Amino acid sequence: MSQERNLARALTAHRLFWPVAVLVALLVLNVVFTDGFLTVQMRQGHLYGSLIDILRFGAPLILVALGMTLVIATGGIDLSVGSVVAIAGALACLRISDLTDQGSVTGVLAAVGVALAVALVLGAWNGVLVSVIGIQPIIATLILMVAGRGLAQLITDGQIITINSAPYKLIGGGYWLTLPFGILVVTALVALTGFLTRRLALGMFIESVGGNAEASRLSGIRSSGVLIVVYTFCGLCAGIAGLMISSNVSSADGNYAGLWIELDAILAVVIGGTSLLGGRFSIAGTVLGALIIQTLTTTIYSIGVTPETTLLFKALVVTLVCLLQSPSFRRKAFRRRARPAPPPPAPADGPSDASVSDVTAGEGREETVRNR
Amino acid sequence: MSKRAPLLILAGALALTMTACGQTSSEPSTGAVTGGAAADKKIVMGFSQVGAESGWRTANTKSVQEAAEKAGIQLKFSDAQQKQQNQIKALRSFVQQRVDVIAFSPVVESGWDTVLKEAKNANIPVILTDRAVDSADTSLYKTFLGSDFVEEGKKAGQWLVEEYKDSKDPVTIVELQGTTGSAPANDRKAGFAEVIGADSKFKIAASQTGDFTRAKGKEVMDAFLKSTPKIDVLFAHNDDMGLGAIEAIEGAGKVPGKDIKIITIDAVKDGMQALADGKINYIVECSPLLGPQLMDLAGKVVKGEQVPARVVTEETTFTQEQAKEALPSRQY
Repeated sequence: MSQERNLARALTAHRLFWPVAVLVALLVLNVVFTDGFLTVQMRQGHLYGSLIDILRFGAPLILVALGMTLVIATGGIDLSVGSVVAIAGALACLRISDLTDQGSVTGVLAAVGVALAVALVLGAWNGVLVSVIGIQPIIATLILMVAGRGLAQLITDGQIITINSAPYKLIGGGYWLTLPFGILVVTALVALTGFLTRRLALGMFIESVGGNAEASRLSGIRSSGVLIVVYTFCGLCAGIAGLMISSNVSSADGNYAGLWIELDAILAVVIGGTSLLGGRFSIAGTVLGALIIQTLTTTIYSIGVTPETTLLFKALVVTLVCLLQSPSFRRKAFRRRARPAPPPPAPADGPSDASVSDVTAGEGREETVRNR
Repeated sequence: MSKRAPLLILAGALALTMTACGQTSSEPSTGAVTGGAAADKKIVMGFSQVGAESGWRTANTKSVQEAAEKAGIQLKFSDAQQKQQNQIKALRSFVQQRVDVIAFSPVVESGWDTVLKEAKNANIPVILTDRAVDSADTSLYKTFLGSDFVEEGKKAGQWLVEEYKDSKDPVTIVELQGTTGSAPANDRKAGFAEVIGADSKFKIAASQTGDFTRAKGKEVMDAFLKSTPKIDVLFAHNDDMGLGAIEAIEGAGKVPGKDIKIITIDAVKDGMQALADGKINYIVECSPLLGPQLMDLAGKVVKGEQVPARVVTEETTFTQEQAKEALPSRQY
């Protein structure tokens, strides 16, 4: 009996338990309201269904949130991702619209290359502002958030650039091996990031910089280098997301592409259990968070929430998720059943990828709090 | 104290450059200003535009500029870049320069009373274009020239009623609304609902906002295609959402324009192209080309003639055949 209870407690204490529970609850809600929500069929040589839609439209958000996770893990924040999304899409579409043959693969690759290079530069710019010049991240990236939107409008001349290019269409709207190409790109990038941060020392560097930048520097980590890498990576993720978003509709909209995506991305990171104070982070949690947000959006469309109440509905669900995520709220809400013993802070039985680094980061964070 | 000195200097310099900019931008034709309006009786119009956020708006600006030239009206053009404060500044500078008539498209609905009173006190008539203000005192402006969004919704509904007049089967409609709470979205929805509401065979199965953008239009339509098994008609509040939805429909293996009939509003170039290609069935025009009407009204207002308080832009509708004809000469 106690074994079962222990198992249940271990399960609910896992930090990804509540996000998963909410995602499942949302899916169940959809199944109740929409017939055949879970069916995935083959249509025109690719998979087709609501679940595929969630992955397809969620792909850019997962990417942006992935970059955001690492930035937040360093104790920073990147508000400029929405603008980078718009700039990347605008640049790529502008270059492609100038091509004599819009279907030429080399031309499209060149356009994509230019857009991603600019995204990298913009990300590095943020990193330099934060690390070398020492501007607070929220201000440093606010500059590019505002100026970048203007830049995107300048590139598109305030108009919507429409293109007709099959190779470009593949990035965000096409399919490969019956799966949406975008989600394959995202899977690869998430796997790569997971490898770089969990198998190599980079993740620990990031967490220690987020925990206490000065202490990390004193212990031999080049904090500024780590920061620049992280912001550049975030810029790259936003750039790729921008290509996906513009490719999905074969047009670049400098005014609205990626508008407010930074807020959704931050939300996804927070839902995934990464603390805004920096320190430890969870990539799996972020992916879950982004999927929750996209599923929520799809749910709103499918079950017919009226546009006037959409924001309220979203707010309620997000509040619920955040409350469930908070250990102190859970302790208060479920006190009756739980024994007074405090839950173990570090998930020793957690995912294999987050054991040692989490502990060090946790300590580092406490130190920062005390310093303040 | 000494620490602040450079800051103050900087602020002063900034203020100077800003006034300099303001002067240059509001005086595109300096030569004529010294001559004065009285000398050759040329009407001087101050026009403050919202910005250049879309192809529609750019066409609107061009129409006003060209019509002014044609009508022999001297135009002082100012771009507010989506900011009300810029627009108020521009209106004040028009009042100071004693233009004969002021026309502007308000960035937002409210907060205009003070500056409009200044214009009224200076005896300068004001014409609103394209967008309205919510001032309780309607004597602050002479007339409002712009599209009737309710009428546009009605026209869309009327085509649908005509198209299905011989059919008795129920018609399932999905609607892509504009930005929630915006005047075009509210009015187009109301006009459309009023017309199709007369016949119970028309049913709006789902209605959701697509924020006037292609990306959202596609995303919402993709969800509609799954949640509503049989969709006969799509009504999108603008072309862009319709264009996004077309991609979703094609992705679902259906033929836009045939399996699902599509009605949109605006008639921008990409939309007209899709209409000519048979992917859209009907477009209700929301014309930005109100320049000639504006100049006509301005002439009357300056002479002191009575004008109606509300003037609707001359607009038309397009079927697929009409689109093919109109496309080559389309300005926007």
